[in-house]
Amino acid sequence: MRSKFRLVAELVGPLAAVAIVTVYGSTMSIAQQGNVTNILVTATIVVALYVFTGNSGVMSFGQVSFVAVGAFAAGILTSPTLSRQANMPSLFKFLGTTQISNFDSLLLGAGLGALFALLVGVVLLRLSGLSAGIATFAVLEITYDVLSYWDKIGPGVMPVVLVPVTTTLVMGALGLGVAIAVAFAYQRTRSCRLLRATREDAVAAQGIGISIFQHRLIAFTISGAIAGFAGALFVHELGSISTGQVYIDLTFATLAMLVVGGTGSLWGAVLGGIALGVLETFLSNAENGVAIGSLHVTLPNGLSVVIVGVIMVVVLIFAPRGITGSHEFLERFFSHGPAKTGTGTESESTAKMPDEEPPEVPLSPRPTS
Amino acid sequence: MSWIGHLVNAVSLGVVYGLVAVSVGLVFGVLRQVNLAQGEVIALGAYSLWMTRDLPVVVRIVFCIALCVAMSLVIQVIIFRPLRGASALTTLIVTFGLSYALEGVWTIVFGTNGQPVSMLSSLNNLVVGGDIGLRWITLVEMAVGGIFFAVLVLVLYGSKIGVMMRATAEDFRTARLVGVRIDRVVTLAFVFGGVSAAMVAILFTVQTPLVTPTLGFNLITLGLVGTVLGGIDRLGRATAGGFVVGFVNSLLGAIIPQELLVFLPMLTFMFVIVVLVVRPAGLFTPKGSNMERV
Repeated sequence: MRSKFRLVAELVGPLAAVAIVTVYGSTMSIAQQGNVTNILVTATIVVALYVFTGNSGVMSFGQVSFVAVGAFAAGILTSPTLSRQANMPSLFKFLGTTQISNFDSLLLGAGLGALFALLVGVVLLRLSGLSAGIATFAVLEITYDVLSYWDKIGPGVMPVVLVPVTTTLVMGALGLGVAIAVAFAYQRTRSCRLLRATREDAVAAQGIGISIFQHRLIAFTISGAIAGFAGALFVHELGSISTGQVYIDLTFATLAMLVVGGTGSLWGAVLGGIALGVLETFLSNAENGVAIGSLHVTLPNGLSVVIVGVIMVVVLIFAPRGITGSHEFLERFFSHGPAKTGTGTESESTAKMPDEEPPEVPLSPRPTS
Repeated sequence: MSWIGHLVNAVSLGVVYGLVAVSVGLVFGVLRQVNLAQGEVIALGAYSLWMTRDLPVVVRIVFCIALCVAMSLVIQVIIFRPLRGASALTTLIVTFGLSYALEGVWTIVFGTNGQPVSMLSSLNNLVVGGDIGLRWITLVEMAVGGIFFAVLVLVLYGSKIGVMMRATAEDFRTARLVGVRIDRVVTLAFVFGGVSAAMVAILFTVQTPLVTPTLGFNLITLGLVGTVLGGIDRLGRATAGGFVVGFVNSLLGAIIPQELLVFLPMLTFMFVIVVLVVRPAGLFTPKGSNMERV
């Protein structure tokens, strides 16, 4: 009985948080509703990141590439063909003429994100730790470079413009809700549990016959699908997209949200996404000048990055499992005794051991010569 | 320019990234942790050259080195001491956050568009003209890089603290057991890191006299990539990896056609992925040694 409640809470908690934000946002002005929508869409990307990193314990800096692919595909194929002929004359023919509906473009974003992630994953997912971090970062750089300059598949250095704006507040909330539901459903699968076993102890998991590669690949592909879907939501929220918007800044922002919320839980991803999203929105508004009471304050440009960066560092040093402790919503309330589930990244159990020797070195033991 | 000229230029960039890799490799060797914020130490060094623009060159250089060492040590105390024992990946993410925060600080203090630094610009004059196009700065870079590495080797192999450092890199636990003062060793690694950051800052701004907030991050990402490519757990290999990345990047930039130049980052990072997949333990790590595969 308790465990059933716990399971319900695991899904309902994040959804309720989204609902609260949405209802509260709907009372705001149109301009501020746009900000709230942006927070919801960004949180969708954080959920995508969580599905892979949270469950596998492998950090990826490349998930925003899948967002980029979803956003550009959805943006190009839904913008008016006339605008495409004017702004992107060298597109491949089918890209120049095909027109799809906005709803289809969401599905297309998810599909392309999944496909791209699958291809990348097949090549890269045998790597772990630092190498995986660098390799996924390389994917981000490659995607950015190609999207920025190959004018047969996109607008080159120009942004994609005149994309129909359909991601309203409600649509953003629905999109995030779908992502949460998918992440939750995946968490219930056998594959995900096996993957979590590899996260806790890779050697033992392999010892009982779990294929680390296979289950990581599944998580990576699902994560890519959600990321591509989020990209499509993103482009329909902004009405335009340029490569700079889906590059390192977004990678940093979403990564900070995930680790601050708590890498090891869906609740942490959603809460971190919303909490830091609200903070960032407030700060970047304040960089353009904001009235607090009768005071008119203008913060220096760049301060929001400083504050988010410092929060990220402080949380990682003092609470490596994030503000939720990487627990699911009400998990500790329902569980008997201290919770045993979920660690964050590969490292975190050791992160709070000052003055202890480094853990089993992730790289090779030294040759004794 | 002839191919010799391209090679000479490539060496130039190779030395810069080799120096970046030294500082990453030293910290990794001792602590098994990654310091991405090293890039921001370089950035601070470069900005310090702008701050001291009216002073004599010698003063500027000394100030730059002092500031870089100081900042390096501050990062050690604030970030790395509490994180002692955390994994390489955790420290990578923490210092990623720190780098971003510092980039914001540079933007606030020094502006988005960057500051011009004129520093020893006469070093950009040619030694040998014509097809070869050898500039003084390239010679200076080779000399500085060579001297720095020689000093490092002398310290590591000829002094007591150096022996301690190598012992720590070999086996942290045993080293501490036999009485190596880990904190001193770590401090020394960060001091060397600060000095090499200062040299990168100086050498780089002589050639590229505009310091922007993203300078440090751009240098450190490619430097770290080189370190991992070469084999991060051995200083010599890591340095060689940094050199190769700078060298190859510069050479590719010279030989690929102008209209394809924009795809240079793609080629560089494709190369990175290929190396990581084929030789996960590093380009210069002999086959057959244990490597991280799980």
